[in-house]
Amino acid sequence: MKPFEYLRPSDVSEAVAALAANPEAQVLAGGTNLVDLMKYDVTHPGAVIDINRLPLKEIEQLEDGTFRIGALVSNSIAAYHAGIAGELPLLSSAILAGASPQLRNAATCGGNLLQRTRCYYFYDASTPCNKREPGSGCGAVGGVNRIHAILGASQHCIATHPSDMCVALAALDTVVDVAGPTGDRQIPFLDFHRLPGDHPERDNTLQQGEIVTAIRVSGGHFKRHHSYLKLRDRLSYAFALVSVAAALDIGEDGTILDIRVALGGVAHKPWRDPLAETECAGQPANRDTFQALATRLLAGARGQGDNDFKIEMARRAIVRALEQAAAGTPQIQSHKAIF
Amino acid sequence: MDTSSRVIGFPVSRIDGPLKVTGTAPYAAEHEAPDGLLHGFVTVATIASGRIAEIDLTEAETFPGVVKIYTHQNRPRTAWWDKAWKDEVALPGHPLRPLENDRILFDGQPVALVIGTSFEAARDAASLIRMTYHEDEPHTDLRFEQDQSYVPKEKRSGISPPPKPRGDADRAFSQSPYQISADYFQEGEHHNPMELFASTVIYGEDGSLTIHDKTQGSQNVQSYIASVFELKPDKVRVLNKFVGGAFGSGLRPKHQVFLSVMAALDLKRSVKLELSRREMFYLTWRPATVQTVSMAADDEGHLTAIMHHAVQATSLYEDYQEVVVNWSGLAYRCDNVKLTYELTELNVSTPGDMRAPGAATGVFALESVIDELSYEVGIDPLDMRIRNFVHIDQNMDKQLTSKALHACYREGAERFGWASRSPAPRSMRDGRDLVGWGMATGVWEASLMQSTAKVKLERNGHVTVSAAASDIGTGTYTILAQVGADSFGIGAEQVTVAIGDSSLPKSPVEGGSWTAASSGSAVQVAATTVRQTLLKHARDLPNSPLKDASVEQTAIRDGRLVLAVNDQAGVAIADIMDAAGVDFIEELGEVGPDQAQMKTFISYTHSAAFVEVKVDEELGVIRVTRVVSAIAAGRILNPKTARSQILGGVVMGIGMALHEEGMFDHRTGRIMNHNLAEYHVPAHADIHDIEVIFVEEHDDKASPLGVKGLGEIGIVGVAAAVANAIYHATGTRFRHLPITIDKLYYAQEAAE
Repeated sequence: MKPFEYLRPSDVSEAVAALAANPEAQVLAGGTNLVDLMKYDVTHPGAVIDINRLPLKEIEQLEDGTFRIGALVSNSIAAYHAGIAGELPLLSSAILAGASPQLRNAATCGGNLLQRTRCYYFYDASTPCNKREPGSGCGAVGGVNRIHAILGASQHCIATHPSDMCVALAALDTVVDVAGPTGDRQIPFLDFHRLPGDHPERDNTLQQGEIVTAIRVSGGHFKRHHSYLKLRDRLSYAFALVSVAAALDIGEDGTILDIRVALGGVAHKPWRDPLAETECAGQPANRDTFQALATRLLAGARGQGDNDFKIEMARRAIVRALEQAAAGTPQIQSHKAIF
Repeated sequence: MDTSSRVIGFPVSRIDGPLKVTGTAPYAAEHEAPDGLLHGFVTVATIASGRIAEIDLTEAETFPGVVKIYTHQNRPRTAWWDKAWKDEVALPGHPLRPLENDRILFDGQPVALVIGTSFEAARDAASLIRMTYHEDEPHTDLRFEQDQSYVPKEKRSGISPPPKPRGDADRAFSQSPYQISADYFQEGEHHNPMELFASTVIYGEDGSLTIHDKTQGSQNVQSYIASVFELKPDKVRVLNKFVGGAFGSGLRPKHQVFLSVMAALDLKRSVKLELSRREMFYLTWRPATVQTVSMAADDEGHLTAIMHHAVQATSLYEDYQEVVVNWSGLAYRCDNVKLTYELTELNVSTPGDMRAPGAATGVFALESVIDELSYEVGIDPLDMRIRNFVHIDQNMDKQLTSKALHACYREGAERFGWASRSPAPRSMRDGRDLVGWGMATGVWEASLMQSTAKVKLERNGHVTVSAAASDIGTGTYTILAQVGADSFGIGAEQVTVAIGDSSLPKSPVEGGSWTAASSGSAVQVAATTVRQTLLKHARDLPNSPLKDASVEQTAIRDGRLVLAVNDQAGVAIADIMDAAGVDFIEELGEVGPDQAQMKTFISYTHSAAFVEVKVDEELGVIRVTRVVSAIAAGRILNPKTARSQILGGVVMGIGMALHEEGMFDHRTGRIMNHNLAEYHVPAHADIHDIEVIFVEEHDDKASPLGVKGLGEIGIVGVAAAVANAIYHATGTRFRHLPITIDKLYYAQEAAE
């Protein structure tokens, strides 16, 4: 860890100004990821802007039913919020599938969007990594890569986004509220994270000086048919090898009115294909439909060697999660048996 | 003597428990020094093979708070001969001398030590050291390098090499109707106890050193430090009052104690050095192992031949060795046996002992093969084992001091409900899940080591027992209190236990499951001697009611030495001591192996592990839903701490079966998952019902106390029982540990 300047602004404009003024500044919220990265010598912020005093800790339900979750609301508070648990159970479930109770108590919802990859090479500052040090190369290509991406990777980076919460947010209708030096704006969630391409050092589309202030989520029509299914190397407290956020709205005749599938652990961002989903509308909510959708979602999937199994794993997980959702029996995160 | 014990055999809670749960038990890195502390941070090599080319300390040395940076270029002089560097449990070869020269033999090798006025200063400065290397091609892949294997020239002390072949295994194998021959591989496992390796070295005004060290043997570290730095032994005192788990990782002195003492002596200051979690991956580890086992049986399932070959990884500088294959020659009756064991040198740090070293590894393969063979023959896996029961050690041609393994099989099977098992693979289901029931036998050696202990009885009846033993979380404090209390008719909480200090009576390192038997028996011997001295004084009293009593006929009740049959006849301890003119009676007890008995007898602990798994085959998710572990380990001093030992062993066995592996990037020879986020051990959700059964086993030869030890046996066989259960559930044999989720996909793909 290197010495750094520490700032503790008390309002959003002050925080934005501080962040905009120093290209080496980074924002500290729950600290569950940033502090590790600093200790491991992975990132060296010149200034740490502690935003914990900012008034971003409220959850409110807007008139149209949308939940507006402040960036500093802890993962635990969001997951157990009665309104969210009742109306957006997929989001609650995904949050509870991640980390441990202690981490969820400390981690914030804004920070969850901004957590960095768990790639071994990113975390080990003595190895090449284009995300950590642009131009240094990618250690994971041809290296130990069983946890790496099967979709949307580039020759420069095969890292994945590690969040569970974001997979549910990608499946639901989500917008990210952002404050920046040129004013406030809203970023549709699917545009928030980016694929690595030629710039794997950039995880998202935030501009210099911008801060996430809230997340707006809706999707109450999925509350009967949803499931968050996470497959990993042990039954709890491990990052996803593959996770699936599945949501369905099924008509009285058993056909699909609306369907959402987002994948975690497989790409640089939560993976979704809205076009493929649209084409499922009107089809029966059954295994054949789900398998066809899985095949389509994974059409471009490519393994890196150690992680070849993830393609088949993702295919099966998509189908199972959709079956769980269709049956109205979502995966329960406190009980690790899968039905 | 009064043997109606009120404390031995009872589930006494840990006497050190309150200190631990309130966070007031100080561990090695939690001590201060009167003159304040300097803090160290170690820089490690980032290549696995080569030489240091250049070291640039410009930025690091000028960093605020840096006191001194040590590398091989300025390391103070130390003892010259290898012999001086060999600790009590050292291996054949050249012990690592940290910062000795520019050669890099493994990833994570210490290459610099920064001493600063604070931990943060040392750590931050360490990140500014610029080190460049001449890199050679590393060799870290055992499966690729195993054709370079060799039989170790020098045997490791305390380790039995494989016995000479008996019968003609090759011929018997080829002539048998049922044969299995299979290869097994397991990745290296890395020690990760809660407490990291740390030393606080307090530099005395007279140049003496008081060292709080994370170790399993205070006297081992004390003699190592005295020898390496050529100090008078009485100038070095090592303390390890509390140890936050060790499992074998702390048997040998680690480089943090060498480096912190080196700096303390050089700077004449007190120094603290705690290694990082990451560095746990470059220390003592359970080596990657390749095994081939061939086993054959006749039509009745009697074993006709066993051949077991193992190749293990070791470092370039020491020949670490384990007993891996010998178990195959002693677990079952078989007259045609061939066992071989070799090593392969890799660019890795020297492996070391990790809970049931060798047995956890070898018995995994053995118990997988016999299970597979039982299906071939067509008999129940448990019956197969019972059918091949042996009551002697055929390797050594010795009798066993006891072997209540039949009781383990019987009671374990009954509790598990084994009789209702459906024999065919894939024949049991629970909803979507396939259900599998598997079992395995476990075996570990029971040793009695040369050990001493002191017992002191004070005028007020207070008892203190002391020995340089260690409590690495195993319950040593508590059981020694129980043994001491038992002799004086008091409760365990009334006994003061002093351990974890090199100045106390000579004890071996805490390992090999021998502490309860060895230190416990030494306490008992010392206590008996105290009782004899007390009785001698009592007999000298005028009109002594104990005049004609032998020590066996007496008891201590409520602070009085009395006749066991009539506690009205007796004298207060205080009166006895007053009359003798003493304030206390203190005696030394010593125990050691009975060489005459060892010519004909050998001692092992045994177990039977029964495991239920549920497998979601489509998704590849395995859950270990039930374990019953039945243990035969002689006398159980404390069922509560004993149960904890076995629970921990079973959990670690599940981790070995399903989770734990160091992942090497063989291109660079570096371990990539060097943290607890990516190196997986079981989480709570992975552990379900575990039932522990201690079967009755009377053994009057294993140790004077009748104790055999429990530290290791809990893990042995568990990985095989899990793998066997997975076979029963899925019909697929997994021979490569850990059985991670990807392997289920690849197995299905291979089957298609």
